[in-house]
Amino acid sequence: MSAPSIPVIQQTAGRGAARAAARRRHISTGAGSDRRAGWVTYVILAFVLVISAYPLYYAFLLASSNAGTIAQNPIPSLLPHGEFFDNVKRVLDSDIQFWKAFRNSVIVAVLTSASVVLFSTLAGFSFAKLRFRGRGPLLVFVIATMAVPTQLGIVPLFIVMSKLGWTGKLTAVVVPGMVTAFGVFWMTQYLESALPYELIEAARVDGASMIQTFYHVAVPAARPAASMLALFTFVGSWTSFFWPFIVLGSSNPTLPVAVQLLQSTYFKDMALIMAGVTLSVVPLVVVFIFAGRQLVAGIMQGAVKG
Amino acid sequence: MTTSTTPHLDRRPSPPTRDRDPRRVGLRQKLGRWDVKLSPYLYISPFFILFAIVGLFPLAYTAYVSMHKWHLIGGEGAFVGFDNFAFVLQQPNFWRALRNTFSIFLLSSVPQIFVAIILAAVLDANLRARTFWRMGVLLPYVVAPVAVSLIFSKLFADQSGMINTILNNIGLDSIRWHADVLSSHFAIATMVNFRWIGYNTLIFLAAMQAVPRDLYEAAILDGAARMRQFFSITVPMLRPTIIFVVVTSTIGGLQIFDEPRMFDQFGQGGADRQWLTVTMYLYELGWGAQKSFGRAAAVAWILFLIIVAVGVINFSLTRRISTDTAPKSGRKAKR
Repeated sequence: MSAPSIPVIQQTAGRGAARAAARRRHISTGAGSDRRAGWVTYVILAFVLVISAYPLYYAFLLASSNAGTIAQNPIPSLLPHGEFFDNVKRVLDSDIQFWKAFRNSVIVAVLTSASVVLFSTLAGFSFAKLRFRGRGPLLVFVIATMAVPTQLGIVPLFIVMSKLGWTGKLTAVVVPGMVTAFGVFWMTQYLESALPYELIEAARVDGASMIQTFYHVAVPAARPAASMLALFTFVGSWTSFFWPFIVLGSSNPTLPVAVQLLQSTYFKDMALIMAGVTLSVVPLVVVFIFAGRQLVAGIMQGAVKG
Repeated sequence: MTTSTTPHLDRRPSPPTRDRDPRRVGLRQKLGRWDVKLSPYLYISPFFILFAIVGLFPLAYTAYVSMHKWHLIGGEGAFVGFDNFAFVLQQPNFWRALRNTFSIFLLSSVPQIFVAIILAAVLDANLRARTFWRMGVLLPYVVAPVAVSLIFSKLFADQSGMINTILNNIGLDSIRWHADVLSSHFAIATMVNFRWIGYNTLIFLAAMQAVPRDLYEAAILDGAARMRQFFSITVPMLRPTIIFVVVTSTIGGLQIFDEPRMFDQFGQGGADRQWLTVTMYLYELGWGAQKSFGRAAAVAWILFLIIVAVGVINFSLTRRISTDTAPKSGRKAKR
């Protein structure tokens, strides 16, 4: 070796010398996360950020314009025109029942999230902390069902909903999503590490029944993971289209179904369509601004274990 | 932390033994024992009951429906054996849909995984405002596919679309995004990628941060440059994660419906059905003009079998490929 490698310099001459040597040789000390990001990294990231955000901004730009202007300028100006609220008003006055759709979306998302969190936490508590015969195989079964594309059962599911008289009713959308394999698995994983046995035993010794133990010990411990699960379920529910589209139809739509109606009814009027798109996207973007941090953490935590 | 709401039992809290109290064998004791025995099953039952009703039963029942004439309004008709399957397999539109589905799936999954790994490597540095950049990557995930599809359909419009206009401005010809088969697949795959790249990036990023640091240190001592470290350590260590992402994107990708359905205002998959997908075809058979649930169920079953087959192939392929990329010489990451 002509020159000592960087770690060797660090060992012998100290960190400062190593860093200087690294600068001279244009390679980094350390690796992975220890690397100081250079300006190239920030340029790439800024570019990615623009790609992420621009389509949404583009929708808003068209929503603030009008059909004529949009037809003339395929590339919209960088600043919005002033017609956004006129277009919004036209969306609200159109016959897609925007408010009803909005209310439906909120109801479905809230009910689904609450019920997924409740039942997943119950099941997770049981799988993670209670002893019962068949626990292992049953948990494996839950995980295996994640790979089953349940969407493919929609024909019989629709038949079942018709028999129950639920077609066109929100129950048809809420009930099938009340508890998910992902949720059960997620809560099991979390509670295994976050809930010490001592707490459960203490509660049992104090004479608490199982359900009291769950309520007073498991629920507080599960809170952080539960809020993440609620977020993911909310996003999933808000953005889902196929099943609501089939089972609800246009008479009692959720937001995505209503926006789709906007396209098939007023396909010449881009400003109107984009105003509807913007309205449907804004609530979740607001949620994202406040809770995006948890979503990021949730994906990264689930990934390490998954 | 724990508060007990029950009146305490008339015994001193002792170190936990099985709930045995020799002095009182009464109703309460029996109830307590049942509580311990049954509660675990009770708590996990909601999932199993619901899965039986909306997962397992429909999949099995799909087989039954697919063997019958079955009308959306009229309901169950005569038993016809495999006629529905035969009918579907004779339809040119089915094969078209199958081709399109696979084409869109490959165009979205393969670049998606490559870009996600590269982006994760970019994010896996000592960044300022780390969470901000991660959130920026994830933003598209909260936008509904329907909205993404409408926005991108306009961006990709043939006549007055922004992308074609930019192409013309730099002296290239317009691309017929809504007319040509491959171009339309590319446009739809772009929508899928837009929404999922960020999500998968974060999954890969988490996996990268779990790679033991001493592997990198050893590689540096061996004189490996950063590129070499990436291909010899990072990528092989990501193998389980790559398999996971491939499997999930297969299950989702082969069922694609929302984006192609919204790519134009008719939702038929184009004039020549150039972007009709299998799930769109299923919808058309069951809820379109024919209203034939039997045939729709047959398509669902065929698609189910395809997904299972592709999943198995994927799994073995991914395993093989990622073992091959592991370095033959030098340090091999111990798993």
